[in-house]
Amino acid sequence: MTDLTRLSAAALAQALRTGDVTSVEATRAHLDRIAEVDPAVHAFLHVDAEGALASAAAADARRAEGVPEPALLGVPVAVKDIVATKGVPTTCGSRILEGWIPPYDATLVKRLREAGMPILGKTNMDEFAMGSSTEHSAFGPTRNPWDLDRIPGGSGGGSSAAVTAYEAPLAVGTDTGGSIRQPGAVTGTVGVKPTYGGVSRYGIVALASSLDQAGPVARSVLDAALLHDVIAGHDPMDSTSIDKPWPSMAEAARRSDITGLRIGVVRELGGEGYQTGVQARFDDAVALLVKSGAEVVEVSCPHFELALAAYYLILPSEASSNLARFDAMRFGLRVSPENVAAPSAEQVMEATRAAGFGDEVKRRIILGTYALSSGYYEAYYGQAQKVRTLVTQNFQAAFDQVDVLVSPTAPTTAFRIGEKLDDPLAMYLNDIATIPANLAGVPGMSLPSGLADEDGLPTGIQILAPALEDARLYTVGAVLEASLEEQWGGPLLDQAPALAAAAASSMDGR
Amino acid sequence: MTTTASGADLMAFDEALERFDPVMGLEVHVELNTVSKMFCACATTFGAEPNTQVCPVCLGLPGALPVLNAKAVESAIRIGLALNCEIARWCRFARKNYFYPDMPKNFQTSQYDEPIAYHGYTDLDVGGETFRVEIERAHMEEDTGKSLHMGGSTGRIHGADYSLVDYNRAGIPLIEVVTKPIEGAGGKAPAVARAYVAHLRDVLQGLGVSDVRMEQGSLRCDVNLSLRPFPSAPLGTRSETKNVNSLRSVERAVRYEISRQASLLVAGGSVVQETRHWHEDTGVTTSGRSKEQAEDYRYFPEPDLVPIAADHAWIEELRSTLPEQPSRRRARLQAEWGFAELEMRDVVGAGAVDLIEHTVIAGASPAAAKKWWLSELARRANDSGVALHDLAITPEQVAEVQALVESGRVNDKLARQVLDGVLAGEGSPDQVVASRRLEVVSDDGALSAAVDRAIEANPDVAAKIRGGKAAAAGALIGAVMKEMRGQADAGRVRELIVSKLS
Amino acid sequence: MSDPASSLTREDVAYLAHLARIDLSDAELDHLAPQLAVILESVATISSVDTAEVAPTSSAVPVENVFRADEARPSLSVEDALAGAPEVEQQRFKVPRILGEEA
Repeated sequence: MTDLTRLSAAALAQALRTGDVTSVEATRAHLDRIAEVDPAVHAFLHVDAEGALASAAAADARRAEGVPEPALLGVPVAVKDIVATKGVPTTCGSRILEGWIPPYDATLVKRLREAGMPILGKTNMDEFAMGSSTEHSAFGPTRNPWDLDRIPGGSGGGSSAAVTAYEAPLAVGTDTGGSIRQPGAVTGTVGVKPTYGGVSRYGIVALASSLDQAGPVARSVLDAALLHDVIAGHDPMDSTSIDKPWPSMAEAARRSDITGLRIGVVRELGGEGYQTGVQARFDDAVALLVKSGAEVVEVSCPHFELALAAYYLILPSEASSNLARFDAMRFGLRVSPENVAAPSAEQVMEATRAAGFGDEVKRRIILGTYALSSGYYEAYYGQAQKVRTLVTQNFQAAFDQVDVLVSPTAPTTAFRIGEKLDDPLAMYLNDIATIPANLAGVPGMSLPSGLADEDGLPTGIQILAPALEDARLYTVGAVLEASLEEQWGGPLLDQAPALAAAAASSMDGR
Repeated sequence: MTTTASGADLMAFDEALERFDPVMGLEVHVELNTVSKMFCACATTFGAEPNTQVCPVCLGLPGALPVLNAKAVESAIRIGLALNCEIARWCRFARKNYFYPDMPKNFQTSQYDEPIAYHGYTDLDVGGETFRVEIERAHMEEDTGKSLHMGGSTGRIHGADYSLVDYNRAGIPLIEVVTKPIEGAGGKAPAVARAYVAHLRDVLQGLGVSDVRMEQGSLRCDVNLSLRPFPSAPLGTRSETKNVNSLRSVERAVRYEISRQASLLVAGGSVVQETRHWHEDTGVTTSGRSKEQAEDYRYFPEPDLVPIAADHAWIEELRSTLPEQPSRRRARLQAEWGFAELEMRDVVGAGAVDLIEHTVIAGASPAAAKKWWLSELARRANDSGVALHDLAITPEQVAEVQALVESGRVNDKLARQVLDGVLAGEGSPDQVVASRRLEVVSDDGALSAAVDRAIEANPDVAAKIRGGKAAAAGALIGAVMKEMRGQADAGRVRELIVSKLS
Repeated sequence: MSDPASSLTREDVAYLAHLARIDLSDAELDHLAPQLAVILESVATISSVDTAEVAPTSSAVPVENVFRADEARPSLSVEDALAGAPEVEQQRFKVPRILGEEA
């Protein structure tokens, strides 16, 4: 019997349709894989075997009814732990929510359920999505399946690692400054951040409300497209969700002609500060696009250089307000201060937040509180929102000249666990290429561009499209992926070291 | 005189006014009567069991998002229009960030520098004179949950051991109406404050946007007050007084604060900028915990909501739904009813305008309607300690009673008994007349016999009448009425007496 | 406009922590203040560009007037509403004594 975990989501969906395999079998296969490798990878914070198998059985029964089926009926999926799943623990990678069981489903989860997709479990992440390495999870880091001593990227390292390690064919992530795309780049997988408002945020624990978006994590562009089609769409429960019908991303991914496509290479996103191997693979990928019929020009987006600064003012500001609700009064952790006889509510709030939040979260809350405070608002938050307008204008001007923009997704390959933990600023730089898209709300995709020569680790190429043109990402991405895989003789992931062996040996060392 | 915390005697109000010019600012929070909450579809029914009208949104659970109630926006715009405000063509919500257990998100979604309505005015009638209050702004926000403070002796927050929070009220739409500083009221400041709140209540009632019941909390008033030595002096430091739960409290709190602040200033002290708490039972304000520095609310535009763009067409459509202004309506009714100025003022003061209007619509004459509501029924309302409109009798029923009198079926005295019956819940006026057998006896035979008996029983009186003293008939009439248990037409009795004794 | 203070003192951080209701330990205060100062210095580059003619991004999506009809829908069950509560009494959320004044 084929190893079901090695099938792409599209292939698995097909096998389910033809009856070659049942959803229960497929789900069980993935649960077994999780049991085998997750002790080493730690992609999952919670595995819901019972719930997943029940959904799988229901999907099989539904298929038997013979009515038209959703495309991914019965295909299992993993969900980042920042998304509310009713009855299933949701921690956002934080102690302050340890044990919290949401009494409701996020809208995107409802859509997964309606599509008949068993939810395998919740994946690890940097606490409250603040980070780019998953090292800030309160429950221990996730390890990159390519090299277990390295980070899988963040904040959605768990989702990307799960997919990389064949623990799930698909995963849902969230991206505020690159948290889907950057992990995709360092794990050799595909990650997409839709246009802001494309996927409902209802039920996604908010980090930065004006920047957050949920999106698909997968091993191929087509797989990502199939999942994108399930979760995207207007939601009346989210005032910021786009009220327009979306074209099918899967169809866009199946289009294979990019003749005449104008591609802009962003001058400010590349070159100095970018690892040699990363840049090299990027350049190679661009050359392939030209071979496929595209035209390439260099474009300048001068205000992208201020994007990081604007982001690290807007995000902490909104986050400091969004995280205020974690106060021990209605849900979550409650800690009383030590040596205080009858503590007040205020004291319990302060003690709980001190104990429940990690360092990075505290840093950003303080920063955000400062940026919004009286006397500083104009200089910080106010100014950042103006720079944001400039970044958006840069994109608009660029898209007047070209159809898509490209850049390396991240400046480096996966670094070692612990390497950048003591240097917050160095950590922030991981998102330097991904942040502009969040500020402007435009959609972006990362897909594997090959292995860096110097360390043999995955690199990613980022494609950016104008707002609402998510489909364009899938067409361009699919064409590029096909060309690259032709060069490689198969998906990049085939070159990853066998994990089971690595898992076993790494566990010996613990 | 009561002593203030400083030990100084409280200055008399009149003396305070000789020395100082009071300036007030009134902030009124209006709870809208929408069916659902501001940002979620939870019900807003008053008095529900705790925490039965909550959802992830109004509980502030992680991941929840707000969606704006269209009716709340309409009500906000209509309130602004009724207060002659400019309506913002484009505005947003803002987050007001502070921590408090009754606020689920630890920020209140409100409006900061972009209120939906601003720069308006409204004209009050204060003791026969028109007083204009300028409105700074009216903006939308959401209400908080309600806490029960447990363990202390007063049920208030001070001294409590813990609190129990019910979030049913959290998220109910509020409109906050803020006046510009109210200047020039002088000694009438307490009356102006009261008149303003009463007037605002009427306007809101007329719009149908709120239950405006201060005792239920759907209309809340905070009173800001400062004193300055004379009108052209710069504004003094103001205090803010909360827990002002009735019109009476508004007036009394203003009066008290003027005296308190004057006493302080004259004794060489200074007014602290603080929040104070009004105590209706003792008639004083007490200090809340004074804050070292004003809370920094770190306002920023609410990113989970999109801007509101009220275009001209929409505003005009809402403007056409405004009811007649209360003052214009009153002038019109006064003219229609032929009441004098003073008469109308009595009607307004008694809160009887609507009642009389409906009684007249039901067929009574304005004079009769006024008579019943302002004398008999007002007395009964007073005796039972309820408001006039809460009496268990409808304007239609009052008109029926008047019709009974006009048809001669009952006389005035019996009519009062009919009222008693209706108020006691015995049924409609006709039913009461029947069950209590209050109908005036119109059978001349029975009346005549009763008159004969009275004449026989009172020979001296009868003699006087025969002698020409018609006025003496009163005693005989009384006797007949007594025998007939009031169920006789006094005029007919007099006729019979006169004809028998002439 | 004067350059906003990029030097964040320990006292500043303590005040901000109080505003944010986080009881930072002395060690944390020692540790955080310089880290935050470095970050602030880096983000201060934001003032290097002239934005006099630039409007701030007023909303992340180019839409206005998103409303819902005024209709009531079923709420959470009381059990679900109180499920995550640290303490419950009389069907309400039990919280420690509140020091601050009611708003």
